[in-house]
Amino acid sequence: MLNPFKWGLKKSPWVFHLGASACNNCDIEIVDCLTPKHDIERFGLILAGSPRHADVLLVSGIVNRQSIERFKRVYDQVPKPKLVVAVGVCACSADLFRDSYNFVKPVDEIIPVDVYVPGCPPKPEAIIAGVMKALEKIK
Amino acid sequence: MADRNLIPIGPFHPLLEEPEFFKFYVDGEKVVDAEVRVGYNHRGVEKLAEGKTYDQATFLVERICGICSTSHPFAFVQAAEDVSGIVVPERARYIRTIIGDLERIHSHLLWVGLAGHFLGYNTVFMWAWKYREPVLDVFEAISGNRNHYGMFKVGGVRRDIKDEQIPSLVKAIDDIERFCSMLVKAVMDDPVIRARTKGIGVLKKQDAIDIGVVGPVARASGVPNDIRKDFPYAAYDRVEFEKIVLENGDVFDRTAVRLLECLESAAIIRQCLKQMPKGPIDADVREIGTGEGIGQHEAPRGEVLHYVRSNGSNYPERHKIRAPSFMNVPSFKKTVIGESIADAALITAAVDPCYCCTERMTVVDPDNGKVLLNGDALVRLCQEKTEKMRKQCY
Amino acid sequence: MSALGKIKENFPDLPIFEKSGRRVFVEVSPGRAKELARFVYNELGARFSTASGLDTRAGVEILYHLAIDREGLLVSLRVLVPKPELKMQSFFDIMPAVEWVEREIHEMLGVDFTGHPNLKRLLLPDDWPEGVYPFRKKTFESEKEVTEK
Repeated sequence: MLNPFKWGLKKSPWVFHLGASACNNCDIEIVDCLTPKHDIERFGLILAGSPRHADVLLVSGIVNRQSIERFKRVYDQVPKPKLVVAVGVCACSADLFRDSYNFVKPVDEIIPVDVYVPGCPPKPEAIIAGVMKALEKIK
Repeated sequence: MADRNLIPIGPFHPLLEEPEFFKFYVDGEKVVDAEVRVGYNHRGVEKLAEGKTYDQATFLVERICGICSTSHPFAFVQAAEDVSGIVVPERARYIRTIIGDLERIHSHLLWVGLAGHFLGYNTVFMWAWKYREPVLDVFEAISGNRNHYGMFKVGGVRRDIKDEQIPSLVKAIDDIERFCSMLVKAVMDDPVIRARTKGIGVLKKQDAIDIGVVGPVARASGVPNDIRKDFPYAAYDRVEFEKIVLENGDVFDRTAVRLLECLESAAIIRQCLKQMPKGPIDADVREIGTGEGIGQHEAPRGEVLHYVRSNGSNYPERHKIRAPSFMNVPSFKKTVIGESIADAALITAAVDPCYCCTERMTVVDPDNGKVLLNGDALVRLCQEKTEKMRKQCY
Repeated sequence: MSALGKIKENFPDLPIFEKSGRRVFVEVSPGRAKELARFVYNELGARFSTASGLDTRAGVEILYHLAIDREGLLVSLRVLVPKPELKMQSFFDIMPAVEWVEREIHEMLGVDFTGHPNLKRLLLPDDWPEGVYPFRKKTFESEKEVTEK
């Protein structure tokens, strides 16, 4: 029988971007997905205005001591079923900043991650592909 | 059809009870006080650099900011070269200048899109970002990446521009310049944008000097500070261009400075592509030497200064980084207080702080500290004011 | 007369290292630093660019970088703030532009800037432990522990 939630999620997923402590390059490539050249809306993807309306969470940046509480709180606000896509090497493994005195933990030790999109920054095409791959997990 | 939210909300989080980046205290419609809390993006780069070699540190500092990513390596390699006076080959100087000013165009176009969004002109946002793409394509053709180009190294640049590429690059610059000219006219002649931004968020010249602001913010307030002319480096003293300095210090002037600078940058790049001599692109540096060095670069947001202390080893003993926003962000105290809350988002954005900083804005009741509006709502207020003005104009 | 000439004329006893045509380093004691800074900023019309702090055995070395844009000259004032007191006068009343960087040097290196209007944390998170200064060299700290025991 058709699961209405899964069907809705696959047809028109709402994507929310959660930037932790990022250099913003991944962030602007994510916003770039909305612009005419890449245009994620033709895939039915819409950027959500609030985590409470999101289906897919795009995470970028590392998590530092100042941002970790807010980070966890926003994750909790996203209703289930939810998918997390780690965009960029910092969100995937944070290797460059691991030795920093302000670094806490890699993202996937704080929240569960479904898809990793490495790159510094990953191209918008890669980000879109990452989101589509995450949606396939719902099948 | 689901209710579409066309506003690119990506970095604009409706944060609730957390301590915010920008906090505006209001009395009715007027902003009476403002606070800023920095530290969300503090990743300890200066300390990390002490544990990295000079080549690794160049890679690291590029990732301080994604928008002006080359400005930090630009200043850093110059600081390392300043320690013992390493001379950079001519061709490398020109390539550095091309990369630096291409980045200026991309950063200003990005900002114009953002400002357009804040004002409620989503078409401006879409167009500015669409025409940013050819700039990123040029970066990709030269360096292999759209952002974080990895072009700089101590003593030169890492990749050359091939002669066969130059005609297509010149054509791309011509197209970009044509679009920038169109944008200059469209923005500066629009009566609603003029009414919306003239006289708003004024930073007086003496305040600009006292606070030590740099870049377009300083130049819009009549302070003629531009490192490319004052402390010439790379190939900036070998090309001709104008310093854009305006007098009023309002949001309109800051917009105008950035737009007009795009045209100057296009002229600089064209001259560099034409004049660039053949030759090596790398001084093949073997050691940095002992001592200290300072590197300055005019990034899109203003002066970036890097200070390096070397003890002769391959690792910097001390690396100090001062980004332009560090000097510019404090100016919000002078520009936002006394203005209407509907303009707060716009004035904050006009300083062009690092992109993610503008997202975290809240409005607070000074009597009880209760959060009244979040960043999202502030942007909407800003857009609504423009809508009202547009109805009055037409 | 050039800016450098005026500094030499008014402060003839201070050691000046002319690294290049655009880089000049002036060594000055903590007691006289403010007077020199006032001269360079007010009389010579400099712009405060930034200040950098470095931990050394004897104290924290602060370099105040002042740019005289119209001449293309960067004057760096070198001040050694002695340990263990680490007290220095704030330059805020002369040049408000120092506000943030003095806070940064305070939280990273532990220098106390007397007269600063708002010497709170700037970059470090709210829950960062007191007395832990990230930019202090660990070797000096561990030496101190050994001698104190």
